[in-house]
Amino acid sequence: MSVTVIIPTPLRSLTNGAPEVSVEGKTVREIIANLEKEYAGIQERICDENANLRRFVNVYLNDEDIRFLNDLETEIHDGDGLSIVPAIAGG
Amino acid sequence: MGYVQGLKCRECGREYPKDPINICAFCFGPLEVVYRYEEIAKVLSRERITSRPPNMWRYLELLPLDDAPTVGKDVGYTPLVRAENLARSLGVSELYIKNDAVSYPTLSFKDRVVAVAVSKAKEFDFDTIACASTGNLANAVAACAASAGLKSYVFIPADLEQGKIMGTQVFGTNLVGIQGNYDDVNRLCTEVADKHRWAFVNINLRPFYAEGSKTFGYEIVEQLGWRLPQNVVVPMAGGSLITKLKKSFQELTKIGLVEEGRTKMFGAQATGCSPIVTAVKKGTDLFKPVKPDTIAKSLAIGNPADGFYAIQTMTDSGGWGEEVTDDEIVEAMKLLAETEGIFTETAGGVTLGVTKKLIEQGKIPRDESIVVSITGNGLKTQEALLGRLQKHPVIDSRLDSFEALLVEKQSRL
Repeated sequence: MSVTVIIPTPLRSLTNGAPEVSVEGKTVREIIANLEKEYAGIQERICDENANLRRFVNVYLNDEDIRFLNDLETEIHDGDGLSIVPAIAGG
Repeated sequence: MGYVQGLKCRECGREYPKDPINICAFCFGPLEVVYRYEEIAKVLSRERITSRPPNMWRYLELLPLDDAPTVGKDVGYTPLVRAENLARSLGVSELYIKNDAVSYPTLSFKDRVVAVAVSKAKEFDFDTIACASTGNLANAVAACAASAGLKSYVFIPADLEQGKIMGTQVFGTNLVGIQGNYDDVNRLCTEVADKHRWAFVNINLRPFYAEGSKTFGYEIVEQLGWRLPQNVVVPMAGGSLITKLKKSFQELTKIGLVEEGRTKMFGAQATGCSPIVTAVKKGTDLFKPVKPDTIAKSLAIGNPADGFYAIQTMTDSGGWGEEVTDDEIVEAMKLLAETEGIFTETAGGVTLGVTKKLIEQGKIPRDESIVVSITGNGLKTQEALLGRLQKHPVIDSRLDSFEALLVEKQSRL
């Protein structure tokens, strides 16, 4: 399964400036692990030491916050889009 | 001029210069303004503050501008009303309404945060102001940008109340309705802010913007005669206001303008959107985002950015969180209007409804000082009252028709 992952500005230094990248994986957790293989250092920015999503990171599968789905175990289908978006905004 | 040291990540402590940025580049934590309090303590006194005009800038040293404000100069210093009638009705001894329903110029506390954000945007040399809003912020940004002669883009959920929509459009802003809820709007705006160099007041200017809320708290303390309230009830949407009120009390204590004391912070949400209150009741600091469904649209944020800190603020202070249904919201709006002559919007109904509940539960002691934070005006959310008020009679213009009506009314008593 290959998906497009949208990378927020603070993480683009790790993707050589690319605003989106293509990654393989069957779940969100796998996608993040594979992102790490390709772009070392990205995982600790998104996840805490217990491998959970950091408090101030939102991940959307297509248009849905993965916390409304199955969190990091949410399954990915071909052609899906994943966005990593900083949570500190609004209000 | 100015007493800002810089910005600091609230999570990991990394430091940043004062730039238009809102998140830590390492851990995505929120950036907070750091001040040089020792210097502020030397120059700011009660006398100095009270000698200044009655607006929010009398606390200028505690706000994150480098120079005097250039817009929103008359914002703030709204009444703190001693609410005797309401106190009797609720069975408490010392009750106050901090009334930002009459905030100048757009009738909500958002005028405060926007005055700071737009002044800061001018310092940073932006030519376009923008925001994601549930309505009140839309009004405030559009008005302030107009008065500053700047362009503005305002993003809102498409289903907002008419008063909030017209009260934005009239200022000639670029208003964009988004199909979806506030959290959808917010997400889009985060992406727009990444792409365009605009001053998004609640995204890239958020650390500065949010500081404006502190003036609501400074005013409460000053208007109480330089005394901390024992209990404050605050509406929660993104959860920023309650954390900033706490900060305002701590700062006044730190620089020696008020004696040390304890204020219990209580947060209010609507049952149809209560992720923060639910977490407080469960005793966890992790909240679960929700899909909002409530008439209190100005509080309808399902994924609150400051939810975590709001939870901390309530529990650390000995406070609590509570929620009310849509019916209870309307009843509380009517109660405030009928007892104190104050017409608040649905969010105010949430805050007062929750106050009533907390008093009945014994969480707020009846013999302590209580401040209810009213942050918006009822004329903007009239839809909530449609069909909820008594229908008024219509008669012809003859005196005997009126007398007949009077007799009928009295016979019903």
